[in-house]
Amino acid sequence: MTQDLTKLTLAAARDGLTKGDFTSRELTQQYLSAMENGREMNSFIVETADIALHMADKADEMIAAGNATGMTGIPIAVKDLFCTKDVHSCAASHILNGFKPKYESTVTANLWHDGAVMLGKTNMDEFAMGSSNETSFYGPVKNPWRALDDKGVLDTKDYVPGGSSGGSVAAVAADMAMAATGTDTGGSIRQPAAFTGLVGMKPTYGRCSRWGMIAFASSLDQAGPITKTVRDAAIMMESMASYDVKDSTSVERIVPNYEHALTGDIRGMKIGIPKEYRMDGMPMEIEKLWQDAIGWMKAAGAEIIDISLPHTKYALPTYYIVAPAEASSNLARYDGVKYGLRVEGDSLDGMYKNTRAEGFGDEVKRRILIGTYVLSAGYYDAYYLKAQKIRTLIAQDFAKAYAQVDVILTPTAPSAAFAMGEKSDDPIAMYLNDIFTVPASLAGLPAISVPAGLSKNAMPLGLHLIGRAFDEETLLRAAHVLEHAAGFTAKPKVWWGEKS
Amino acid sequence: MTKYVKGATGDWEVVIGLEIHAQVLSESKLFSGSSTKYGAEPNTQVSFVCSAMPGMLPVINEECIRQAVRTGLAMGCKINLRSVFDRKNYFYADLPQGYQISQFKDPIVGEGELVVDLEDGSTKTIGVERLHLEQDAGKSMHDQHPTQTYIDLNRSGVALMEIVSMPDMRSAEEAGAYFRKIRSLVRYAGTCDGNMDQGSMRADVNVSVRRPGAELGTRTETKNVNSIRYMMQVIDFETRRQIDILEDGGVIAQETRQFDPASGTTSSLRSKEEAHDYRYFPDPDLLPLTFAQEFVDDLAKSLPELPDAKKERLITELGISAYNAGVLVAEKESADYFEDLLEALTHKTGNDKKSLASQAANWVIGDLFGALKKASKSVTESPVSIKDGAELLSLQVDGTISGRIAKDVFEIMLETGQNPEKIVEEKGLKQVSDSGAIEAIIDQVIADNADKVVQYRGGKDKLFGFFVGQVMKLTGGKANPQVVNDLLRPKLDA
Repeated sequence: MTQDLTKLTLAAARDGLTKGDFTSRELTQQYLSAMENGREMNSFIVETADIALHMADKADEMIAAGNATGMTGIPIAVKDLFCTKDVHSCAASHILNGFKPKYESTVTANLWHDGAVMLGKTNMDEFAMGSSNETSFYGPVKNPWRALDDKGVLDTKDYVPGGSSGGSVAAVAADMAMAATGTDTGGSIRQPAAFTGLVGMKPTYGRCSRWGMIAFASSLDQAGPITKTVRDAAIMMESMASYDVKDSTSVERIVPNYEHALTGDIRGMKIGIPKEYRMDGMPMEIEKLWQDAIGWMKAAGAEIIDISLPHTKYALPTYYIVAPAEASSNLARYDGVKYGLRVEGDSLDGMYKNTRAEGFGDEVKRRILIGTYVLSAGYYDAYYLKAQKIRTLIAQDFAKAYAQVDVILTPTAPSAAFAMGEKSDDPIAMYLNDIFTVPASLAGLPAISVPAGLSKNAMPLGLHLIGRAFDEETLLRAAHVLEHAAGFTAKPKVWWGEKS
Repeated sequence: MTKYVKGATGDWEVVIGLEIHAQVLSESKLFSGSSTKYGAEPNTQVSFVCSAMPGMLPVINEECIRQAVRTGLAMGCKINLRSVFDRKNYFYADLPQGYQISQFKDPIVGEGELVVDLEDGSTKTIGVERLHLEQDAGKSMHDQHPTQTYIDLNRSGVALMEIVSMPDMRSAEEAGAYFRKIRSLVRYAGTCDGNMDQGSMRADVNVSVRRPGAELGTRTETKNVNSIRYMMQVIDFETRRQIDILEDGGVIAQETRQFDPASGTTSSLRSKEEAHDYRYFPDPDLLPLTFAQEFVDDLAKSLPELPDAKKERLITELGISAYNAGVLVAEKESADYFEDLLEALTHKTGNDKKSLASQAANWVIGDLFGALKKASKSVTESPVSIKDGAELLSLQVDGTISGRIAKDVFEIMLETGQNPEKIVEEKGLKQVSDSGAIEAIIDQVIADNADKVVQYRGGKDKLFGFFVGQVMKLTGGKANPQVVNDLLRPKLDA
């Protein structure tokens, strides 16, 4: 039997491709088989095998011509939130039923330009609203990881992969893609990466173009990579990032070679530990992992500094005002008039009501209602305006902290992945998943989740690093050291497909 | 002096405020590269952005920003170096985004004042509250299908300037003068073509009435009025309607109304309770708009001479009457025609500009505008070119033809478009200044009217005009009137 190329890291595959050990076509074919074998996880909404093979052949030509980049020939999965030309792009919502855009998002166009290969479009929470990938119109995604009981027996229950980039992380964790694009509004890359033992990075707001990314909350949405290692994240991040004149909020800054930042040396780096992230009721194992990490970083030569981010406790409520407010307006365009779903009615208003009632799921409706409410006359000042003020205070907390430290270390999520259905009836419990990731989103800061350990029932746990704005290099350098110190090598036990 | 409207129970004062929507003159839309050309086939000027495709983002068209600043400068308003684009949220089939990008709390242009001329020769100062930029919506076409509405998105995203006045106007005449002034300014500045029949300018008309000196009354807002005449009808109708209601003991409902041009009346569109909650908030897709004072200064330098300054110059430098100057500068095209004509005339005659200006102004306003009005043509459609107009005046100035003949020549020019020199040549209309020839005719007139000569010499001085007339008649109007005068008087007095 030939080598199982799907187990390689992106960096290793890149090197193998360049050396001619295998072709992108061979690599891609193995992934297409793995995807077929893993369909019961519901990770992909659409598989694009023909496109993938065509792109792989083009990548092989690029490599042969000596024009390869870090991403050339690398088969990746693309979150359904990205518009991909002539390919299903529906943000896992019924309201965009059948929508195939005539344009390509800037982030995916950058990846294709560098020779990456598209395997398909991944499942997600509808319009990226969710932390468990249970709100998709296309059904929930199953986490490739299942808990082990005391006797080492694999649970038969399904676990959530986290959300909203649940399909993307499940695909990478189950070796159905070498990497995947994600998007992060309040933690939608980092929390699912933590739930599946992967690296997930959200760059600084403005680092990646939002053009062609279906909007959830415009002032928070950012694209980022989901990969197996920090090095892979660095390689993919460099390809995704760009200044784009078509996105007025993207920032004109040179994109550095992020892989060069991975020196392994963090001696003298100042790492902040915010006291406000010690949450009541947080599992001991997460507290312990955090303490372990502090020890690892200290051992690597970093200086640990206790800091305070006093407005942290307001971050979650602030987020759940700002994000729904923007979403309520961003989702107004889905009205049955121009594209996607239309359910006829006896008048224009009737058509609107029927279309939006049938097209949106419960969680999306909930957020549209919250968002409409907080922007309404008489409530705007008390909610939206106040939330904007607190958002500024949160950003100022970070700015003060970065006068003392280079990066901030926290847990990624307050728990490991939970069983499917466990929190789907309790929105508040669900929203609490984002408690550690939301502050960096509100401040627009780059942050990364690194797999760092296992829970007592052998589910992955992640640690979270937050960096200075546009200093992804320091962030990646610290993450790389953390990754090596943690030495996380666990893989999910295969329960799907033809168990190999 | 405030004008009051008579009611059955006493005087009323009408208070008017206008929101004028002026389409920005620009090649492309406010936030996309789509063309703004008028009259294209439906949905042929629509980008992914103006059809609100998922993931599309607005990018500010800098030319629209420059146009708004130019307009603000032309109106003498404060320019805000920082302004913010907001979303105005509401659902309608021809509003593809489900929100209009507009400016709410922080507009690009702030307060200013305009002075308008009124018919009685007085002036009135009217405050401008603000000018902000916003996107236009598309167009719903209800007449294309028996049960369905078609949508044309060509206009969707086109840049509009909304110019909001203070409630400073007190009559339809003042409102008309204010609207005309704004229209004139944007056309001078080249920021809006002012074509009301193509929808480039339209107004929302706010009207309320009150007893003189009392608190402001409840106002109504009549939407989308697209001519100055209609606007004045709206004001007169609303004034009467509101006074009648109040005098009958009723109350005015704060509401949005619509105008029906066929009947000249307004009717209720929606009440205050039905009014939208637009849920304005800053558009997170756009950063606040900021620019430096130098940007504004450069635009100020690029503005042409504006009507108030031009009027002042015509009066002080060229000695034109205030009334004529006001008429000439009201439309940029009129002022341009006049100034180019005067330039050509000065060049042709070699005379001093100031000595020619009043005659030229009188001809442009009296003869040319009169003829154009009769033919329902604008000055840019004038059948008489600037060159030919200057030639006609020059023929008068150098004495080739009399003023009387000039009017005949002008008639022929209007009909045939011929050159005046050619007309004068071909029709033999040259003025006779040869004193020998005129003297012979004078002698004949004196001989033929011996009785009148006796009466004249007996003290009836007024008969002098009769003799002049007879001489002109016999020369077919071609005799130089000055020469006739000079020769006739000594012969009669002899």
